[in-house]
Amino acid sequence: MELAFKISTAMKDVPTHYCPGCTHGVVHRMVAEVLEELNIRERTVGVAPVGCAVLIYNYLNNDFMEAPHGRAPALATGAKRARPDLILYTYQGDGDLASIGFNEIFHAANRGEKITVIFINNGIYGMTGGQMAPTTLPEQVTTTSPDGRDVSQTGFPVAVSEALATQATPGFIVRCSVHDGLHQIQTKKLIRRAFQNQVDNRCFSLVEILSTCPTNWGLTPQQSLEHIRDNTLQHYKLGILKSPEEV
Amino acid sequence: MPRVLIRQERCKGCELCIYACPQHVLAISENINEKGYFFAEVADQPRCIGCRLCAVTCPDQVIQIGLNGVMVHYYDY
Repeated sequence: MELAFKISTAMKDVPTHYCPGCTHGVVHRMVAEVLEELNIRERTVGVAPVGCAVLIYNYLNNDFMEAPHGRAPALATGAKRARPDLILYTYQGDGDLASIGFNEIFHAANRGEKITVIFINNGIYGMTGGQMAPTTLPEQVTTTSPDGRDVSQTGFPVAVSEALATQATPGFIVRCSVHDGLHQIQTKKLIRRAFQNQVDNRCFSLVEILSTCPTNWGLTPQQSLEHIRDNTLQHYKLGILKSPEEV
Repeated sequence: MPRVLIRQERCKGCELCIYACPQHVLAISENINEKGYFFAEVADQPRCIGCRLCAVTCPDQVIQIGLNGVMVHYYDY
C-alpha cells in the first residue's frame, strides 16, 4: 500500500521518553520532516539543550552537540563560523533559552549569526518538576508559585521574541503554536522558512513555538491544548514579528 | 481509499489524535499495549477522509496513512 503520510526517515525508530501528549514529539517530527524535505540532513548539526529535550540526539538522525545549560547559541555560533557550509540549529526550551540562556540568545541574534533556533515555550520547567519559569503566565500555579505567579513580585512573562525583534540586525523572528491542526500546519511552514533562510545564508532565524506540559500543568493533554487556546494566546500574540524582507 | 495505520506498541494513549479527527474515526481501545497504555485504534474506518490531521498531531510517530487510489489533499504539509 502506498503511504500518504509516512514516518520521516530523519527520525530514529525508537520510542521517546516524553510524557503522553507532550508536544515535543510533534515539533521533533516537524524538524525531521523539514530536514528531509530540504535535503540537508547529511550536513546538519543540531545543538541539544538542557531540559526535557536533552535527549533529542537519540531521536533525530543528524549530528548533535550537547550544550551546557543555555549555551546552545554559543556552540552553534562557533560551529557555524568554523564550518559555514554546515546547517546549524539549536532546539531549546524556555528554561534554557529565556532564563539562563537569555544573554547568549540575545547577543547571537544581535550579531546576526546565521543559525536557526527552535524555541519551545511551555511556560514551566518541565524536567526538574514544574517550577516557575520566566515565561510562566500570571496567576499560573507551579511548584514554586503555589498561590499563582504574583506579578508584583516576579514580573510579567518574558516575551523573548518581541525582545529579539527590537534589534536592528536583520532576522526572522516568529511565534507560532501547536495547539490544533491549523496551527501545526502553519508551524511546519514557518520551521521550513527558518531553515530555508539558513540554506540561503540570509539571516538569524528564531521560531518560538507555544507548547504544552500536561504533566506539570496538571491537565490532560486535550485540556492542555485548550489552555493554550484560551489562556496562553492572551499573553503571547502569534505571528511573524520580524522578517528579513522588511529590514 | 485512505487507511489509518496505527503502530499500537508505540502509542502512549494521549488521545490527541481522537480530538484532532474531524470524522471521529479513532477511539481508545479497551486493551492495553506492552507499555500499559490504552492505545488508539480505528473504530470506524469507512468514515476516514484522509485529512492526515491525526498523523500531524501525533507526538509519538504512531500513525501512518495508507492510500489506495486517489486522495484529496485538503492542505499542503
